Amino acid sequence: MKKEYNHKAVPTEGEMTRGAFLKAAAGGVGLCYAAAAGYPIYRYLSSPIEKVESAATVSEVTVPDGQKLAKGEAKMFKFGAKPAMLIHHQDDSWVALIAVCTHLGCTAQYESAKNRIFCACHGGVYDPKTGGNVSGPPPRPLTRLEVKVTADGVVVTQNPTAKT
Amino acid sequence: MKTLFTSVYAWVDERLGLEEIQAFARKKRVPLHAQSFWYYWGGISLFFFIMQAVTGVLLMVYYRPGPDAYESVRQITYDMNFGWLIRSTHSWSANLMLGAVFIHMFSVYFMKAYRQPREFGWWSGLALLILATVFGFSGYLLPMDDLAYFATKVGLEVPASAPVIGPLIAKLVRGGTEVGAHTVQRFYTLHVVILPALFIPILMFHLWLVQKHGNAVPPAEENKPVAQRRSIPFFPNFVIKDVAVWLIALNVLAVLAAIFPWDLGPQADALRPAPKGIHPEWYFMSQFQVLKVMGDWMRGTLGEVVGVLLFTGGMVAWFLVPLYDPNKSSGRKARQATYFGLAVLAVLIITTIWGYAAL
Ligand code: HEM
Ligand code: FES
Repeated sequence: MKKEYNHKAVPTEGEMTRGAFLKAAAGGVGLCYAAAAGYPIYRYLSSPIEKVESAATVSEVTVPDGQKLAKGEAKMFKFGAKPAMLIHHQDDSWVALIAVCTHLGCTAQYESAKNRIFCACHGGVYDPKTGGNVSGPPPRPLTRLEVKVTADGVVVTQNPTAKT
Repeated sequence: MKTLFTSVYAWVDERLGLEEIQAFARKKRVPLHAQSFWYYWGGISLFFFIMQAVTGVLLMVYYRPGPDAYESVRQITYDMNFGWLIRSTHSWSANLMLGAVFIHMFSVYFMKAYRQPREFGWWSGLALLILATVFGFSGYLLPMDDLAYFATKVGLEVPASAPVIGPLIAKLVRGGTEVGAHTVQRFYTLHVVILPALFIPILMFHLWLVQKHGNAVPPAEENKPVAQRRSIPFFPNFVIKDVAVWLIALNVLAVLAAIFPWDLGPQADALRPAPKGIHPEWYFMSQFQVLKVMGDWMRGTLGEVVGVLLFTGGMVAWFLVPLYDPNKSSGRKARQATYFGLAVLAVLIITTIWGYAAL
């Protein structure tokens, strides 16, 4: 018996041609392959970013021998992945700040002679006591950290209200 | 959407002549016959080579040659997300590529596709095979685990056994008297700069020749009257089949790389004795075994020299086959060439199996 197949060359309204269906299916399969290859490659390339970001979530760092810092001097240390500075002021007060300039991210430095925090990239100046932006392009103050001086180091903690 | 695509296409077409390429691709035909299956193997080799380029660049992102080599491969394998998969894919694809190239070469040989006017296809293909094995040899050392270390040490004894200039060449390749950080550094340069710079232009030449002369048909097909020969259009028919074959190759590669992740042995240590059963990659196994057997028969470096000469002689004959069997009126010589091919294939297979059995 002969079977009748109905290969319609012209689809009725709302129907898809065989060619269009195959094209769409091939496109879909292609997308699946692209995703299956793309996802591991994306995760592979972002491995170090993930590592740095999980290291950046520290909330407390001890600066070893920080208590020995002379008055009028500053010391750089790493707070998670970010550079930070510990300043021992002439009046014996202690200040710790994230040293990342709020303008375009250069690392700022403490200048004891001028008693200011200076960013060399575009001449930004901050107040060394408060971290407030004094002059130049920086739009916001530097982020402050809490300081506790102990017998064997200076413990710096994240200010719970501030974001780093 | 459709109209946007059409107008962008028209804009590009006007400047680059895409229509010409399309018309050309439509006109091109690929012969269809009992041996058509073998036409896919050059393309499969090409697919694996592309995979090598992609995964290789990804590995370069974290790999550090020199004294830190082992540690960086350890990080790729155990610390980076999916690093093990990228590395495994690169290693598996390297082996599959060599396998595909060998199949491609022997199918070309037995279809007598090296005959006039395709001699340069044969010669450039052989150059690609040699470069591919050097890719493999140089890549094998890069992780600097103990297997890599000893395999390279042993492998470099082969050039070192050549008279007069041998030891000099071996020292230059090693960058010293022992395999070490300098060797890794130069193998890396070879592997990622020099070899691709040589391989890619030769590959382009090779593909251009295939395009220029079209696919060769095997002698049985050649004897049929032209009217009886069948063929299919290159585009889209052959291309669709080619894509299907590439997809199969991709799936095979993905399954192998994921289910059998490539191993990383302990760090190479010159003071530790060589582990048992040290052996090269399978595509050097035949040479390895011949050298071992020759060494047993003849004492001293004589065995090595004879072994190397045997292989070199075979390669030269293999290289010159298109001149010995140049066209379809070669007659007796054509049959001899076929027997020679069968003999080479048999020797390679037997010595390789023997090599693994003797480990
Ligand atoms: C990585 C290495 C290689 C790649 C990527 C490659 C690629 C290709 C491709 C895509 C084709 C066209 C399709 C086909 O006929 O299979 C081809 C044809 C050819 N290849 Fe290779 N090939 C390689 C190595 C070799 C080797 C080692 C030889 C032999 C010594 C060789 C000899 C030839 C010849 C003579 C042709 C023409 C075949 C014909 O006209 O039918 N190739 N190659
Ligand atoms: S980055 Fe510090 S002032 Fe511009």
